[in-house]
Amino acid sequence: MTLFRHEVRQGRLSLVIWALTIGGLMAACVFLFPEMKGEMGQVGEMFASMGALTAAFGLDRLNYGTFPGYYAIECGNILGLGGAMFATMAASATLAKEEKVGTAEFLLTHPVSRAQVVTEKLLAVLVQILVLNLTVLVIAALSALAIGEDIPWGELGKLHLAYLFLQIELAGVCFGLSAFLRRGSMGAGLGIAAGAYFLDLIANLSEKAEWLHYVTPFGYTAGGDILSEGLNWSLMALGILWFGVGIVTAYGWYLRKSIH
Amino acid sequence: MEALRTEKLSKSYGKVRGIIELDLRVEQGEFFGFIGPNGAGKSTTIRTLLGLLRPTSGKGTVLGLDITRKTEEILAHVGYLPSETVFYPGMKVRELIRFSAGLRRRDCGKEGDVLCERLRLDPNRRVEELSLGNRKKAGIVCALQHRPELLILDEPTSGLDPLIQREFFAILKEYHAAGTTVFLSSHVLSEIRRNCSEALVLREGRAVARLGRAELDKSEEEFEDFFLRYYMEGDEET
Repeated sequence: MTLFRHEVRQGRLSLVIWALTIGGLMAACVFLFPEMKGEMGQVGEMFASMGALTAAFGLDRLNYGTFPGYYAIECGNILGLGGAMFATMAASATLAKEEKVGTAEFLLTHPVSRAQVVTEKLLAVLVQILVLNLTVLVIAALSALAIGEDIPWGELGKLHLAYLFLQIELAGVCFGLSAFLRRGSMGAGLGIAAGAYFLDLIANLSEKAEWLHYVTPFGYTAGGDILSEGLNWSLMALGILWFGVGIVTAYGWYLRKSIH
Repeated sequence: MEALRTEKLSKSYGKVRGIIELDLRVEQGEFFGFIGPNGAGKSTTIRTLLGLLRPTSGKGTVLGLDITRKTEEILAHVGYLPSETVFYPGMKVRELIRFSAGLRRRDCGKEGDVLCERLRLDPNRRVEELSLGNRKKAGIVCALQHRPELLILDEPTSGLDPLIQREFFAILKEYHAAGTTVFLSSHVLSEIRRNCSEALVLREGRAVARLGRAELDKSEEEFEDFFLRYYMEGDEET
């Protein structure tokens, strides 16, 4: 596990920055909840007057005046987009960076099989995603306690689990991409995260585009649906399938490719 | 057993030539030179032998092991110094050397310390702060610390000052005396002539001459003239 430890160490600073940024922004939102709760009448009117955007952001299916409803919208968006960006950046860089900066020659002339390299790098990415999500959950829970709210573990658990699945799915796809690319992998990863997010907004805007929920992992992270109907396991299973495709592609290609 | 053997080994990058039907034989225990001008295909040969590049055609073995199937086993017995040493930023030299040993699942701490001392390399420096020469020294320690059966060195002295070069070759001779096969790829004729017992000349991806003791024992000037003939012939052809 030498390479796994090395990868985790190399990604440590980025992980700390992302975890504290996402956690900090979520905490700031949680601390605003008591004030927002007091202005529910105005806020409700404002959201109702946003037309199609109300549906696009899932505001029509949530009670903004409750802590879980508020959390699902405000913190959900931060964790959704921030977590997706972290996961795609970490996964898309992990294999590609070795060739980009020239360390692949050093690494792959040691007695480690390519399969071992892929496995340990993948494990390192997954562990970093897990650590980020646990850190963010702890920060959010402590923030809720600080404003005197009971922690709705059930709702929070479901929301965070959906976002964890989203990040793992995107990481798998970007990991596969990372095996092919030498340059620009991080930009491609960020593009995938942003693209997936906007596809979900489009899917929420029109019934004709609803099928896009099967394409973007943000489809199973809609707070309104999760709080009212629970987790959408079939979409999440589809996400795991995409994760699997990305990983199998990474092994298949990286084990055979020439390293320049 | 042969330390290195290739049979009609070719590697091309699309339409660009790398090496063409290269036949190479290096016996175990040899101090073998691999000479050629820049772009002759020396690094491509080495990278193909070490499994970084997949051959386009032909066969090759390192220490009797197939280069396309037994890469991991080969690398366990080989120490490799690339022509350009690039390391992970943020690491200290000591951490890098330990990381290299860890990837080999070996404890090479003692040998690593000795090599650092002999090469005057400060293990507490950060790798991104190292000069070209000091990066090379760190690469040498990583390549040698596990006392490999076969050492493959690609332009090992670029960036090293004359004193350290002398110490480096003294270390190589000690390793060689202890049984290590040394495969020295270089375009510095004097270091091939002084240290190697045999050498292969590569030009435009093809092996054009195999030099024995008789050629390598010539005076520096004679050897240079002799060797440059291969360069000139190449120029005339092109």
